Amino acid sequence: MPEDWEPKIVAFCCHWCTYTGADLAGLNRMNYPANVRVLRIPCSGRMNPQYAIEAINKGCDGVLVCGCHPGDCHYATGNYFARRRMMVFKRLLEYEGLEPERFQVRWISGAEAGKFRDTVMETVEQVRALGPLNLTREIPALEFPPMPDDDDGAFDAVPEEVTQ
Amino acid sequence: MSRIGVFICHCGTNIAATVDVEAVAAAARKLPEVVHVETNKYTCSDPGQEGLRQAIVDHGIDRVVVAACSPRMHEATWRKLLADTPVNPYMLEVANIREQCSWVHKDRSVATEKAIDLVKMAVAKVARLQPLHSTEIPVHKRALVIGGGIAGMQTALDIADAGFPVTIVERETSLGGKMVMLDKTFPTMDCSACICTPKMSEVGNHPNITVKTLAEVENVSGYIGNFEVTIREKAKYIDYNLCTGCGACETKCPVRVDSDFEQGMKKRTAIYKMFPQAVPAKPVIDAAHCRKLTEGKCGVCARVCPTGAIRYDDEDKVTTETYGAIIFATGYQLIDWKPLYPEYGGGKYPDVITGLQFERLVNASGPTEGHILRPSDGTEPKTVVIVKCVGSRDPTKGKAYCSRACCMYSAKHAHQYLEKVSDGRCYVFYMDVRTPGKGYDEFYVNTVHEGAQYLRGRVSKIFKEGDKLICKGEDTLTSRQVSVAADMVVLETAMVPADGIDELAAKCTVGRDADSWLVEAHAKLRPVETNTAGIYLAGTCQGPKDIPDTVCQAGAAASKVIGLLNKDMLQSNPQISRVNESLCQGDGACVNTCPYGAISIVQKQFRENSKKVTRPVAQVNPGLCQGCGACTVTCRAGAMDLLGYTNESIMREVDALCQW
Ligand SMILES: Cc1cc2nc3c(=O)[nH]c(=O)nc-3n(C[C@H](O)[C@H](O)[C@H](O)COP(=O)(O)OP(=O)(O)OC[C@H]3O[C@@H](n4cnc5c(N)ncnc54)[C@H](O)[C@@H]3O)c2cc1C
Ligand code: SF4
Ligand code: SF4
Repeated sequence: MPEDWEPKIVAFCCHWCTYTGADLAGLNRMNYPANVRVLRIPCSGRMNPQYAIEAINKGCDGVLVCGCHPGDCHYATGNYFARRRMMVFKRLLEYEGLEPERFQVRWISGAEAGKFRDTVMETVEQVRALGPLNLTREIPALEFPPMPDDDDGAFDAVPEEVTQ
Repeated sequence: MSRIGVFICHCGTNIAATVDVEAVAAAARKLPEVVHVETNKYTCSDPGQEGLRQAIVDHGIDRVVVAACSPRMHEATWRKLLADTPVNPYMLEVANIREQCSWVHKDRSVATEKAIDLVKMAVAKVARLQPLHSTEIPVHKRALVIGGGIAGMQTALDIADAGFPVTIVERETSLGGKMVMLDKTFPTMDCSACICTPKMSEVGNHPNITVKTLAEVENVSGYIGNFEVTIREKAKYIDYNLCTGCGACETKCPVRVDSDFEQGMKKRTAIYKMFPQAVPAKPVIDAAHCRKLTEGKCGVCARVCPTGAIRYDDEDKVTTETYGAIIFATGYQLIDWKPLYPEYGGGKYPDVITGLQFERLVNASGPTEGHILRPSDGTEPKTVVIVKCVGSRDPTKGKAYCSRACCMYSAKHAHQYLEKVSDGRCYVFYMDVRTPGKGYDEFYVNTVHEGAQYLRGRVSKIFKEGDKLICKGEDTLTSRQVSVAADMVVLETAMVPADGIDELAAKCTVGRDADSWLVEAHAKLRPVETNTAGIYLAGTCQGPKDIPDTVCQAGAAASKVIGLLNKDMLQSNPQISRVNESLCQGDGACVNTCPYGAISIVQKQFRENSKKVTRPVAQVNPGLCQGCGACTVTCRAGAMDLLGYTNESIMREVDALCQW
């Protein structure tokens, strides 16, 4: 790792909530690391996974996607689409070997300046700990959690006392 | 090659103290296609703006980057400025180097480096933007109100008084809604008819208001300023131009059916007015029960009508008109408690009545002329039990929400009963007493002082024993089982949205919540608007509320509509989605994504491989599209793009950040 390496993270933020929240953090003179560059999109529903792939391919160490809280979308349903798309996309990235910390989705309202700051700080720290993104490294095999043992009771839907 | 001008703002020391503005300018000069860079003390000030305008002319600039405060602050300012220059207002990108840079970072070199990155991204994006032009949408200066209850009437009056024509579509035979059925209204106990019927006649006589009764909205298309609405007025079988409303026909009609207005406690004729003060003050014929229309016999009303107004061959009238705004005021109805509460008899005891039936029983013009008498035998009940929250706050059987008005009107019912039956006893089973509102708690406390016995707990069972209705429940404050032998039981049942609201709202792409109440654009900040521009909400169609709140909301909706109708033209937002027709597959995935119903699939003719072909493609309605961009990601062919935030411009921003 080069000595002066600093993580570079791009944050796709929706205009109505997270971008507003980030502005509020500025207004309140909150302090956070400068590693995140915000790219404004009208709605998290506008977030095309291709943009994240481009960022990862061209040398970003992490990608954040932020929008209004589910149910609060300025366009009624945009962030529901974002939620489903990004959930699947994140699984795909992880399957391809990307560490989960490098692609994160967060809901931050226009009032949650503190949450914006905390999200930036957390993400920067997590990505810093992982080091620069290295796309050519060996990808470890996925580990599946072990199946629960058949007779340890985990699959008994209803405990006996209740059925009696 | 584009010619980009970059203007970097000091914002006094707000930016310059933390960001080395000159270093940012030096970096910007090296960026591709940048022909001019300057720094300003305050770019937004008059001299700053003048400098920008001059630089555009001097350097032949065709795209502008302003590195300053948040675009949420001044993007509109720059756009307005550019509208007066040769540069298109949408060939602008704002780099936010204040809120998201100088104000949140302390280290000067780090902040400067980030500011340079943000300027790079803006330059990369602006180089790929296209000029956009908003179109002017004409506004049809007329409003449509759906529903003629107190909400609809108040909205219509406010809009009509401001000078705009209004049409009210009411599906019953008269205006008035529920309010005109009520006896008195809490907390002031003024007579409901005395304050509601003057409003009805004001509406009926207003030169700017057209009332269509027995009418429903059949179809809605178009967008803000231009809604095409098809309205079906059902046949009334009476020529209203001739009818004087004398009522001779009603006295001779031989048919007797239950009156809905009197909640089934009185009969009406087949030719009837809903109630004596109905507006319009003219009868209609109920085709399902009229002997002439069902069996071809009778015809007595035609014989007695002095003006010859009866038309047995009348037909539905369907009209299509254009409106600039639509207001939903479709109100509520009471939940059908009978199938939900078999433990309360499920409707088999006539003396278990609803609150609305009680309203008619205490009303001087109701079926008993205001004497509180049991429906079963006409005797005066000496013990009355009132059960609150029937179907409300009961997610297992009814609705999880609170119906909001019933705490107050059950106190009203207890008060009215104790007032009329001086030797009577009244028990109220409740879960909580919720009385926020001016004079509300005082009203409730007064009712308790008058002798109403409040018992905290739900009624678990009602059954008949001899002449009495036994109400069993638990008093949860003393943890004792209680059992009251009542003569009559009043169930204060939950409010639910009007029948058919799902279909109607779907026609207008107005959102509904899980219980089918219509959803406002923002619960706190845009309470009377919907997510579809040009469609507004008034009254209980949005959720349970009492009359004061309903009237407030109706006035608020009217003021929004007046603001809209005052404009001759609306500027459309040009940052909307656009279809690349050569890529579009016409599969319609985007159609299902759009929350505004802005996309439709149309058949279009193309010249492909020197042959004429007709194939389906998506078409975006610029009046409906709000520019969220959800459809662009859905399109598998990549045929949808969002102007102002195109795929190419966003990808360039990412590239600039990573590689420049
Ligand atoms: C028993 C009882 C007692 C009450 N007492 C009081 C009280 O004392 N004080 C108080 O403040 N509040 C009281 N309320 C509440 C009060 O009734 C409501 O707040 C008020 O009536 C709501 O008015 P609205 O116009 O929103 O709805 P509504 O009165 O329901 O009017 C809606 C109108 O729209 C029409 N409509 C519905 N769907 C369509 C359609 N698709 N097309 C065309 N027309 C349609 C309906 O026919 C109706 O005329 C009481 C309620 C009940 C149940
Ligand atoms: S308003 Fe009162 S009675 Fe009605 S549901 Fe709410 S709590 Fe129950
Ligand atoms: S951008 Fe949004 S509003 Fe416009 S057509 Fe696409 S989904 Fe509908």
